[in-house]
Amino acid sequence: MALDAAGFPVIRTVGVDGMLVSFGDRLSETANRAALAFRAEVEREGWDGVEESASSLVSCYLRFDPLYLRHAALEAKLRELIDSRDWMQAALPQGRRLHRIPTVYGGTLAPQFGEAAAAAGLSEAAARDSLSRTRVRVTALGFAPGQPYLGELPECWDIPRQQALTPRVPIGALVLAIRQFVLFTVQAQTGWRHVGQTAVRLVRLGEERPFLLAPGDEVEFPAVSEEVFARMQDDAEGGASWEALA
Amino acid sequence: MSRALIVHRAGPALTLQDEGRPGWIAYGLSRGGAMDRLALAEGAALLGGKRGVALEMAGVGGLFEASEEMRIALTGAPMRATLDGQPLLWQAAHLLPAGAQLEIGPATSGAYGYLHVGGGFAEPAILGAQSAHLTAGLGAPVTAGTRLAVGPDKGGETARKLPVADRFSGGVLRVVESLQTGLFPEEQRRRFGEEAFVRDMRANRMGVKLTPEGAGYGVEGGLSVVSEVIAPGDIQVTGDGAPFVLMADCQTTGGYPRLATVIPADLPRVAQAPAGARLSFRWISLDAALEAEAAYRKEIAELPRRVEPLIRDPADVPDLLSHKLVSGFSSGDHHDH
Repeated sequence: MALDAAGFPVIRTVGVDGMLVSFGDRLSETANRAALAFRAEVEREGWDGVEESASSLVSCYLRFDPLYLRHAALEAKLRELIDSRDWMQAALPQGRRLHRIPTVYGGTLAPQFGEAAAAAGLSEAAARDSLSRTRVRVTALGFAPGQPYLGELPECWDIPRQQALTPRVPIGALVLAIRQFVLFTVQAQTGWRHVGQTAVRLVRLGEERPFLLAPGDEVEFPAVSEEVFARMQDDAEGGASWEALA
Repeated sequence: MSRALIVHRAGPALTLQDEGRPGWIAYGLSRGGAMDRLALAEGAALLGGKRGVALEMAGVGGLFEASEEMRIALTGAPMRATLDGQPLLWQAAHLLPAGAQLEIGPATSGAYGYLHVGGGFAEPAILGAQSAHLTAGLGAPVTAGTRLAVGPDKGGETARKLPVADRFSGGVLRVVESLQTGLFPEEQRRRFGEEAFVRDMRANRMGVKLTPEGAGYGVEGGLSVVSEVIAPGDIQVTGDGAPFVLMADCQTTGGYPRLATVIPADLPRVAQAPAGARLSFRWISLDAALEAEAAYRKEIAELPRRVEPLIRDPADVPDLLSHKLVSGFSSGDHHDH
């Protein structure tokens, strides 16, 4: 495929036993989609010697046995796969899920919602409506196991991180900055604004699928009242549900 | 009562560690596992059998007792060990009789000691491994009062030792270029391969901080690169300009620029460098790194053949000397070959 002006996609080594195919140098919907699609194809190929693959925000990572599969041989396979189609136009892979995770916006459970709405130039009602209706994609998981970065929110949500850190947000906190959400699986300090609270369990050790969300999955965060939220806390799913995406 | 190692007293950072959990990077879970992988292999060589799970002891061990007779091996950072008061040689396999008191004190050099048991520890696996990965919330430290389940042992030799080269006091680390090496000015890349560093007090299973002799390191134009995958051994540079070698329990992705990657064969040396140890880096080509990897694997494969019988040779009881007679003298020196 024709490489764009910046020369992407690029192939680089990661340490001694890794290779990375990057589709951009900053997060974009197309670069993330390309990374997800490319990684799905790498998994499907199942090349002998490749021990693990993963997608990150804009790249596909492969860990391999470099004494079994030489760097030049793997690079040649990757070049061939890169050249086989226009990855920036590639469709998202099959087998993804759409999750609905009920969320309380504002109030004592999510104290920075009003501030975030003001920063976005929206009334609280309009902000709740916007965040409830937007379907976001799991662009990557990281920082803690099973913890998603989700994007991309409408342009009005391109609000900066706070100057000061919020000392602690609880598990299940939905935080927002720069058109992205993070949904916390651990208690943490964060510079992102705590706009919503969920009761979902993202980590389920011992279950067949130990992490609820996978890269490329889509998520909606419909608004619920504090009363409904209180009832959901006793539910094993925390009120969340999912369906397969076609 | 089932076969177990009883922990009467525990140092502050005891965890079970194995080869970790490969395959979960896409979900944000790093592989984890023993800080010094070579020590795992050495334990397997001493006891015979596959590399399994060992009790990793950071800095200091504890007081242990076997519920029934079992074989043990001691590897990694040499620690002062006694069996009912009698000094035990490190880098060796011994018989631990039922009820005997195994006391493992502070490391005399290095940072992480390992206690292996014949049959291996048999605690429940989480996502396929017994390794504690505390930053990921998997497993827990081993504390006083714990009974660690031990699997059945097919038996084998004890009173064996394994001479090992010193990797417990810093030294030279071979590095290759990685993703973002090119972002760093040429002067810094050159200086990185020339100057000496001191292992900072700040080090844990996530990473080891190194203080440069000279000026700090950093990338022009700030620290905002798009978050990208991390491999253990990656050397990250944060705001304070000090290189930080990312280790077993590192995060899976990070947005700080990374200067280089320590090759796998030299990660045990990073893990085992005690605070204050001097370390330096040497750039090598990818081809040279692959040769080093092949040599490292060969060395591991040949470990069982290097195991020797333990005889009551004065040279085999160095801990007696360092306990009672000599101060400021590291018993670890006796393991240099």
